[in-house]
Amino acid sequence: MAGSREIRNKIKSVKNTQKITRAMEMVAASKMRKAQERMKKARPYGEKIRNVAAHMSRANTEYRHPFLIARDTVKRIGVIIVTSDKGLCGGLNTNVLRKVVNQMKTWRAEGEQVEVCCIGNKGLGFMSRVGANITSQVVGLGDAPDITKLIGAVKVVLDGYTQDQFDRVYIFYNRFINTMKQEPVMEQLLPLTDERMQSSEQENSNKPKATWDYIYEPEAKPVIDDIMVRYVEALIYQAVAENMASEQSARMVAMKAASDNAGNVINELTLIYNKSRQAAITKELSEIVGGAAAV
Amino acid sequence: MGTIFHLDIVSAEESIYSGPVEFLVAPAQMGEVGIYPRHTPMLTRIKSGMVRIKAQLKEEELVYVSGGMLEVQPDVVTILADTAVRSHDLDEAKALEAKRAAEEAMKNRESELDYAKAQAELIEAMAQLAAIDKLRKRGH
Repeated sequence: MAGSREIRNKIKSVKNTQKITRAMEMVAASKMRKAQERMKKARPYGEKIRNVAAHMSRANTEYRHPFLIARDTVKRIGVIIVTSDKGLCGGLNTNVLRKVVNQMKTWRAEGEQVEVCCIGNKGLGFMSRVGANITSQVVGLGDAPDITKLIGAVKVVLDGYTQDQFDRVYIFYNRFINTMKQEPVMEQLLPLTDERMQSSEQENSNKPKATWDYIYEPEAKPVIDDIMVRYVEALIYQAVAENMASEQSARMVAMKAASDNAGNVINELTLIYNKSRQAAITKELSEIVGGAAAV
Repeated sequence: MGTIFHLDIVSAEESIYSGPVEFLVAPAQMGEVGIYPRHTPMLTRIKSGMVRIKAQLKEEELVYVSGGMLEVQPDVVTILADTAVRSHDLDEAKALEAKRAAEEAMKNRESELDYAKAQAELIEAMAQLAAIDKLRKRGH
């Protein structure tokens, strides 16, 4: 019976692990619902500000914002990487980081410099380990994406763009498709693409450029600046919200898999335990019978 | 038509108001503005304060916004409310903070981006995940 106690201990420890993964699964499930809700709630703002931006791009404005002007030569690229703060969420962060690294390799082959802005601990840790050029960072976002926390890090990148430090800005994050599926995506953030400047209302997207202009209070430049910065921030906020929903669902799925695995291990170990117990009993019996026969 | 317009008040965190209205008063930066249907296109900042909304056949409603932007189109008005208190100095301070944190983290890093290391690390992580997957399939 020497091995049986070890097996019993092992079963106990696996059971404890299973309890933890179960709990994490349930926590992730409830957080996931909230995160998805937040993601959906952020949509109207994104849509509306997009419509405003679309109106603005059609209007005959006296001032064109730098975010709208594409540069001919691209030498330096800014990358915003959205990852989660915590691990134990399957391949979520790995997938997005792999996409980033592959893309960065291509850019470097083309002779472009890349600087990164990290949103989330995991991306930051990875990027500083591999020695990427980090311009700004924000970690510890918690469960709700908070625009006040994002503003600073984002501003560094946006200022970098207006001050010609970057010629182009991309964002990487996990797009939430459904609970089982999240997809790492790369999107161009700056300059804003034509597609991004089109209204979500289909009917008037093909109208010719209007001749009217807005009345601005107090002046065109600061107002348009404000709108454009808010638009880009809204896009980033949306990306962060999606990434958070993705994180929670990925964690839920990963933890469910872990709990199932623990169940399998327990089953196997129980089988071995029972077998060894039975073998010991049989051995003892045969010894007794053997002993009785000898007498 | 012509006597009402559509109003949307949205913040990054939720949609605050959406519906047809007859008249509204908003606290624009240069003073309060009242808007009737078919107003000329206008863009302005708004201060924090009350937006007064008069919808058809309804009492006047008051909605608080903490500043933001107001866009007026002849038949659509959009108020993009800020969820955070914004000012140029405040934003600047936050940007500096984010930059400083990054510089701190950059202090003790290797000089050149090590792609080989990056890829090796990622491949290892992927292999681990694949192994777990395989174990799972075998278990069933």
